[in-house]
Amino acid sequence: MNLTRRHFLVLLPAAALAWESILAGTPEAAPNYQISEHWWGMLVDIEKCIGCGNCVRACARENNVPEGYYRTWVERYRIKEVNGVETLEVDSPDGGMHGFPSSDEPGVKQFFVPKMCNHCADSPCTQVCPVGATFISPDGVVLVDEKYCLGCRYCVQACPYGCRFLHPQKNVAQKCTLCYHRISKGLTTACCENCPTGARQLADLKDPKDPIHEYLRTHSVQVLKPHMATGAKLFYHNLDGAVR
Amino acid sequence: MPTDGFMYPNEIELQWSVLIVLYPFLTGLVAGAFILASLERVFRVDAVKPTYRLALLTALAFLLVAPLPLQLHLGHPERSLEMYLTPHRSSAMAMFGFVYLWYLMAVLVMEIWLDYRRDIVLLSQTTTGVKRLIYRVLTLGSSNISDGALAVDNRVGWIITVIGIPSAFLLHGYVGFIFGSIKANPWWSTPLMPVVFIFSAMVSGIAMVLLLYMGLNRLRGKPIDMRCVDTVAKYLFYAFIIDFSLEMLDLIHRIYESDESFRSLDFMVHSRLFLSQVVIQIFLGTVAPILLLGLTQVSRLSEIARKRIYALAGCLTMMGIFAMRWNVVIGGQLFSKSFLGYTTYKMGFATREGLLPAVVLTVLPFIILFVLVKLLPPWADEKTEPIARSAGVH
Repeated sequence: MNLTRRHFLVLLPAAALAWESILAGTPEAAPNYQISEHWWGMLVDIEKCIGCGNCVRACARENNVPEGYYRTWVERYRIKEVNGVETLEVDSPDGGMHGFPSSDEPGVKQFFVPKMCNHCADSPCTQVCPVGATFISPDGVVLVDEKYCLGCRYCVQACPYGCRFLHPQKNVAQKCTLCYHRISKGLTTACCENCPTGARQLADLKDPKDPIHEYLRTHSVQVLKPHMATGAKLFYHNLDGAVR
Repeated sequence: MPTDGFMYPNEIELQWSVLIVLYPFLTGLVAGAFILASLERVFRVDAVKPTYRLALLTALAFLLVAPLPLQLHLGHPERSLEMYLTPHRSSAMAMFGFVYLWYLMAVLVMEIWLDYRRDIVLLSQTTTGVKRLIYRVLTLGSSNISDGALAVDNRVGWIITVIGIPSAFLLHGYVGFIFGSIKANPWWSTPLMPVVFIFSAMVSGIAMVLLLYMGLNRLRGKPIDMRCVDTVAKYLFYAFIIDFSLEMLDLIHRIYESDESFRSLDFMVHSRLFLSQVVIQIFLGTVAPILLLGLTQVSRLSEIARKRIYALAGCLTMMGIFAMRWNVVIGGQLFSKSFLGYTTYKMGFATREGLLPAVVLTVLPFIILFVLVKLLPPWADEKTEPIARSAGVH
């Protein structure tokens, strides 16, 4: 190919644009995201969760979650009756990241409970932040401004669900962002996308056409610790009363 | 074994360390010392007059150090000023800066300055060199110590003390509110928390001033005013009775109500917190000093016996109140919010939030107090009068 200097100069801006597009990754599915038209929540169907840990791994990869800390994790509940008394065993080795050792003990009720930030509408964590570094976005996602957070950890104490931690290097509070960088581009969260059974589903509570929104309206669902009155938006289907 | 049972994975690491234990401990001493000082100023309890100025200086020394553990604890201490510049109005913690500054500048420093103004003016005229310069700066350009001016000082000082009493309650009640308002944590979440904090603050502050007064007089080789220490001990006894009653009310209420957290917390008190809560806080740090102080109230003991009992009761009290702060702050993080497990607090030594900085921050107020006592002697027997007259003032 005979490339003249003139051709090269003409092609350069086009090549730069193309390179920028490659760097940006998947083209935006919803380039005109209107923040006020959404109100995000999530549905977790306990019966569908197989405890594979895909969601935990996907979250850690997607969000560079430091080792030993969890933006999402999976708990395994095992309820059995010994001499007429019900006993409860709960574990979550490495946040359930690598799945769970198999257990075929007969007569044991066993199920998995994926956990993450409940993105509460009346969140105690945003209430207590002394500088407002943690806040709820107009589309219902609780976020932390890392450039503003003092690292006082009052929010960690205030969260009833144990969803927050102090990033060991950045020294700021961190938590699930509901993959805001993805959902604001029309994608779903990393955990939902990687769930092989569809146990986790992102829900837009302002979109009447959203099938998950429809599901929430027509099925019996529960939130964790409802007595805390936090306005949690992480809804569970088939949640056992033993779950805390 | 760091954990027992099940903890949410992010709960294993404790977030608030021994430095956050120090914070309510130090502010409690401030509030308690100030309330003791106000006994003389507002409630005219003349017997405690010898401790008045010492109590004010003690409050100042501890108040100056109180924010340091918080500052050291922050992940980003360089951003702490944001609490003043862009406070989040719904946050109890955002109030800290304003409550602190109000108490420091509008109450304590003002009251100390007004009370010492006459002495400062006289000292600025009788000392030489650097000391003279310091005292001249401390006069803030106000050298009028006529009877009329001093009467105004006295009146304004009284008003500030009257404002100061609710301010002292606010300072420490607010610290209690920081914990008591966290509904996620059943160990903290009780409306009694601010009230318990206020009365435990009074107990710790009064005990600290009692110990300092007796200790410093012993060091100076001066006699201890027994009428004064008897009265201070009497008030310590009363404050202790109220404090203990409130803590027992909280305990009985929890036991009787037995909500979903009760079994988990009860197990914690009988295992991981048994030593610090039951043995140190309740028996050694509360019941023992109450019995000792009660003994001095009901029987006629010799002066030397009373002094020894006050010293012992004071030391036990300080230990008990520190244990109470420890049990609130650390105890509140040892159990899982799932109520299914427990973790362990591992304190470092020479780390940023370890034992060493905690010890340094505990000793620091005493060093500041030493400087303050040298600069502004609180003793009635060291008043700067005769030389002043010869300097031609009045």
